[in-house]
Amino acid sequence: MISFIVKRIAGMVLILASISILVFLIFFATPGVDPAARIAGRNADQTTLMEVRKTFELDKPIPIRYLSMMRHLFISQDLKSYVNRGSEVLPQLYQAIPATLSLVIGAAILWLFMGIFLGIRAASSKRKWVGPTISVLGIIGISIPVYWLGEVVNLVTQSKLHDSVFAWLPPLGYTPLTENPLTWFLGLIFPWITLSVLYAGIYIRVLRGEILSVMKEDFIKTEIAKGAGEKRILYKHATRMSLITLVSLFGLDFGALVGGSALLTEVVFGIQGVGRLTYSALQNLDLPVIMATVMYASFFVVVANAVVDIVYALLDPRVRRG
Amino acid sequence: MSFKATTSAALSESPGKIALRTLSRDKRSRIALSVLAVIFLLAIFAPLYSSLIAKTDPFVSTINATIQIDGVERQVLQPSTEGLGLGVTPIGPTFTTKYFLGADAQGRDVLARILYGGRNTLFIGMSAALLTISLSLLIGLIAGYRGGWVDSILSRLLDLIWAFPVYLLSISLSVVLLTSGISLGFIKFGAGSLALPIFIIGIVYVPYVARPIRGQVIALREREFVRAAVGSGARHSTIVLREILPNVMPSVLVFVPIMVALSMLTESALSFLSVGVQAPQASWGTVINDGINLLYTRPVVALAPGLMIVITAAALNLYGDAVRDALDPKSRGRG
Repeated sequence: MISFIVKRIAGMVLILASISILVFLIFFATPGVDPAARIAGRNADQTTLMEVRKTFELDKPIPIRYLSMMRHLFISQDLKSYVNRGSEVLPQLYQAIPATLSLVIGAAILWLFMGIFLGIRAASSKRKWVGPTISVLGIIGISIPVYWLGEVVNLVTQSKLHDSVFAWLPPLGYTPLTENPLTWFLGLIFPWITLSVLYAGIYIRVLRGEILSVMKEDFIKTEIAKGAGEKRILYKHATRMSLITLVSLFGLDFGALVGGSALLTEVVFGIQGVGRLTYSALQNLDLPVIMATVMYASFFVVVANAVVDIVYALLDPRVRRG
Repeated sequence: MSFKATTSAALSESPGKIALRTLSRDKRSRIALSVLAVIFLLAIFAPLYSSLIAKTDPFVSTINATIQIDGVERQVLQPSTEGLGLGVTPIGPTFTTKYFLGADAQGRDVLARILYGGRNTLFIGMSAALLTISLSLLIGLIAGYRGGWVDSILSRLLDLIWAFPVYLLSISLSVVLLTSGISLGFIKFGAGSLALPIFIIGIVYVPYVARPIRGQVIALREREFVRAAVGSGARHSTIVLREILPNVMPSVLVFVPIMVALSMLTESALSFLSVGVQAPQASWGTVINDGINLLYTRPVVALAPGLMIVITAAALNLYGDAVRDALDPKSRGRG
C-alpha cells in the first residue's frame, strides 16, 4: 500500500511538471506569439521592444527562462506580473482563493443535497410521474450553460425587481466573510444556486442510474429473498453502494472547481476568484500569473485524482497491483 | 423506461438491428429527433430568412438604418434614454418580418444572427465531437491493444490533458491560437477560422472518451475470441478491425450525442468569453455576449440564443439516454 501511495505521489509531481512545461511552451514557443509586443503596447518601436525583452528576460533561451520562472514561483516565491509592473503574483492568487472556496463549498453543499435527495427519489418513487419528471429536470440541469443561467438570474434579481422583491440583495461582487458575514452570505446565494444546477443534474442522473443497476445485482435479490424490508434494501444496500461512485465523482468535480473551473460563474457574478484572475491574465498574456494559477488549478485536480485513486485502492485491493 | 423482454423471434436478429428497433420505439428518441430536426432546418434556412424575409445582412452593422412600423419611421438604433444618454438602445422585438427579435447594438437583425449562429454552433459541436471521438478511438485502440511502452506514453499524455482543467486549457489554447492561427504544414487556418475552436474543443475532451475505450480494449484483448484469433495467426490489423472494433463501437456510439452537446456548450462558453467564434461570424455564444450589455434594456438578445442552446443540448442528452439504453441492455431503465 505504501509503495502504491509513493508511486502515486511521484506520478503527481511528474504530471505537474509536465503541465508547467506545456503551459510554458503554449505561450512562448507558439510561433507568432510575442509577449514582449503585448507588454510594450501596440505601437512600440524596436528599441522599446528590446528593452522590454531585456527587463523581462525574454531574450534568453527558453529552457533558462522556464527554470528562472519556476525558481521565482516555487523557491523564492517572488514571481512578478508582466502587466501590473512589479506587483507580485502570489499575493494576488492568495487573495482570490477565499472567494473561490466560498463559492464552491456553498454550491457543493447545495448540489450534493439536491443530487442525493432527488436521485434516490427518482430511483425509488412508486408514483409513476416522479421518476420521469426528475429525469427531465436532470437533463435540463446538464443542458443549461452556466454563464447564461447566471445572466438570467442577474436579469431577474438585479433589474426592476431589485427595488422591491430583491431589495435585500447586495449589488454584484464578493464581500469577504471576515468583512461582513451577512453580506457575504446574501451575495453568494444566487451564485451558489447557479453553479450547483449543472452538478445537481449530473449527480441526480448518476445516482439514479447507479441505484437502478445495483438493484439488479444478485446480492439484492438475496436480500429480497431473505425478506429484508424495502427501505432497508434501498438505503442500507443500494444507496450505499452507489454513493461510492458519487464520492469519487465529487472528488474530481470539487478539485476542478476549486482549481478555477468556476470561472464562468465568477465572471458573470463579478466574484474576484481564481477563475477570474486566470481569465484576465489570459486576456493580457500575463504569463507569470497564468503559470501560477494553472499550477494551482492542476494541483487541485491532480490531488483530487490521487485521493480518489488511493481511496479506491483502500476499498478494492485488486487496484493496488495494477 | 419499461423493460421489454427480448422475444424468442428476436434472438435470430443481429444486436445492431435489435438496438435500432428499440431506439425507434423509444418515445424519448422520437421527441429528441423531432426537436433536433426543427433546429437543423432553422439553421439550414438561415440564408433564406435573411435574404428573402428580413432582407438584411446579419454580418454588416447598419448604424443609420430606419424601419417603418405602423407607418411611422423609426431609427433602429435610438439614442439611449438611460444614464448619461451615451450609447444607443437598439430597437426591441417588432414581431414583423424585419427585426423580429429586435436589433443588437450594431443594428444587426438578432433573429438572423441567431439562425446563422446556430449553423456555426451546430457545425462546431458536431465536428469537434467527431474529432474527439476519432482521436479517442485511435488512442484507445492503440494504447489498449499494443500495451507496453506505447500504452504508458499515451496514457501519460491523457493524464496530462486530464489534469489540465478543461476551461483553462481551452481558453489558453484559444488566446494563443487566435493571435497566431494554426499551420498544419500545407494548410493554414487564420485567426477567424472555425477550425480553431473545432481543433481546441476536439482535443480537450479526448481523455474523457479515450480512457474508457482503452479500458474496454484491454478487457477485450483477454477474451477467448480475441485469443483464438491471435492463436490462429491473424494479423494485428485484422484482429483490431474485425474482433475488437465492433465490440467497442456500442460504447463509442453512446458517446456521440453526449459529446456533441458538451462540445456545443463549450463552444458557446468560449464564444461568450470572446475567445471562440470571432466577429463578424456569429454563434449562439457570441450573440449572448452581444446581449450582455443590453441585458437590462433588451433582454431578448441574450435570452433567445441561450434558450436555443438549452433546447438543443437537452434534446441531444435525451437522445443520448435513449441510445445508451438501446445499445446496452443491462442499463435499460437507467437515465
